[in-house]
Amino acid sequence: MNVTLAIFKKEFKALFYSPIAYIVIFVFLGITGWFFTSSLFEVGIVSMRGAFEIISFILLFFIPAITMRTFSEEKRSGTIEMLLTKPVTEMQIIAGKFFATLAFTALAIAPTLIYLISLLFLGSVDIGIIISSYIGLLFVCAVYISCGIFASSLTENQIIAFIISFLIIFALFILNKVLIFFPVFLTSFLEYLSTDYHYMNMSRGVIDTRSIIYFVSAILIFLLLARIPLEKRKW
Amino acid sequence: MSIKLENLTKYYGDQLAVNNISFEISSGEIVGFLGPNGAGKTTTLRMITTFLSPTSGNIFVDGINAAIDPLKVRRKIGYLSEQNPLYNDMNVVDFLVYNARLQMISEDRIKNAVDKMVNVCGLKEVKHKDIRELSKGFRQRVGLAQAMIHDPEILLLDEPTSGLDPNQILEIRKLIKELGRKKTLVLSTHILQEVQAVCDRIIIIHKGEIKADAKPEDLQKEIQGQNVIKLSLRYNKKVSTENLTSEFKSINGVESVSVREDKQANLWEIEIKSSKSIDAREEVFKRVIKLGLEMIEMKQVEASLEDIFRKLTN
Repeated sequence: MNVTLAIFKKEFKALFYSPIAYIVIFVFLGITGWFFTSSLFEVGIVSMRGAFEIISFILLFFIPAITMRTFSEEKRSGTIEMLLTKPVTEMQIIAGKFFATLAFTALAIAPTLIYLISLLFLGSVDIGIIISSYIGLLFVCAVYISCGIFASSLTENQIIAFIISFLIIFALFILNKVLIFFPVFLTSFLEYLSTDYHYMNMSRGVIDTRSIIYFVSAILIFLLLARIPLEKRKW
Repeated sequence: MSIKLENLTKYYGDQLAVNNISFEISSGEIVGFLGPNGAGKTTTLRMITTFLSPTSGNIFVDGINAAIDPLKVRRKIGYLSEQNPLYNDMNVVDFLVYNARLQMISEDRIKNAVDKMVNVCGLKEVKHKDIRELSKGFRQRVGLAQAMIHDPEILLLDEPTSGLDPNQILEIRKLIKELGRKKTLVLSTHILQEVQAVCDRIIIIHKGEIKADAKPEDLQKEIQGQNVIKLSLRYNKKVSTENLTSEFKSINGVESVSVREDKQANLWEIEIKSSKSIDAREEVFKRVIKLGLEMIEMKQVEASLEDIFRKLTN
């Protein structure tokens, strides 16, 4: 079996060993369910907009919580030494962990499809918008996860990893909402750096190549950054 | 499978951990890597595994430069690190399968490799248990199993018996001896009996430098200049301490005698040093009889590795 695939499988399974995963999924579905049903029944709108908006907010806490242990735990317990004395490259380890966490996140989001199915019975839904929203959501998750993995590679303390990744993710999230505080010539650049700006576009049904480029390069940058602290032992 | 270190130096920041060491270990040797805590043993082993890079110097494993092709080197090495970190959440078999995959053993051979390790390392009764539930002795066996799952030709074990109880130590030592028969084995330890029990070559390292590199017997010979007899006699007030000292001193070849009175045990503890060529035991026995004293114990003490170790690292 491919080494990256072996690490992926192991990490994916490991996410289910820890109670954090179950707590996070439980809270995640509880909150999104509440926001979805309240807009449905109280306002009477057949839309997933409310659910998608709250999901992108919950991810700010959800992703740091599930990524904080990826490398911190291996560093604290010393298993990183065992792993890095096997014929495995740092990048294979990072990729395995990244895709495992992404798959786990997708699995946590998947039950929200029930909302979609229930909407289909209630009225006409713009499926295109919902598909592009889900794609956007997965990209946002992927960016946050790579950021969380980077934060986790910096320290052996999970709490510190959580805080660092939360701060970076929060900055990426908030950037397009605080543009008025920046000089005008910077605004379009800063807006482009904001994950939420691209996510908003996609949740309106716009799949722009600029956004795709943004997401992919953000993921790669964070994953490559995560390699640096792992290689520090070689300096 | 040989290991060759050339002028290896490692700094952690400003702190010198390993200072310009060179040695070569040839195929099939069992080498004890001995030194007090903090001597640089672990650092050296970690550099051989390519987990750490040396500040300067070269490492060749089977002729492959570790700095140039670290993955190839890692494939040849089985490594058990000192803390023996394991994934506590996994069960033993899953853990070994995972390690087999990391070593790129093909899927159809994995089951065999795992079964073999379970047998060799005596893991049958715990193979479906989570690693967190295992005793320290079993954890160590799992550590050995993960190190050897790909049947490496070189085995590096960093303090494999630390933290085990005496029975477990003997078991693990026996296991290591069996496993090491066909492999190049480097064993780091600060326990001297371990080296004596297992190794056919000793490298003593202290403060990052090699202090000795020889066979255990040769090292022992080096320090032996004297025979030492330790003697316990029942205390008897009819004989004075001076009397006793002069009696033993008059034996041909005896160089020094020290007598200590142990009031509590009602004993004399006597140490008699003689030149190496002379075995004074018989004569000592005769003198004891002559003085009319009762002998509790007499033994001739060989210079031990411990003495050598202390001499070299103090």
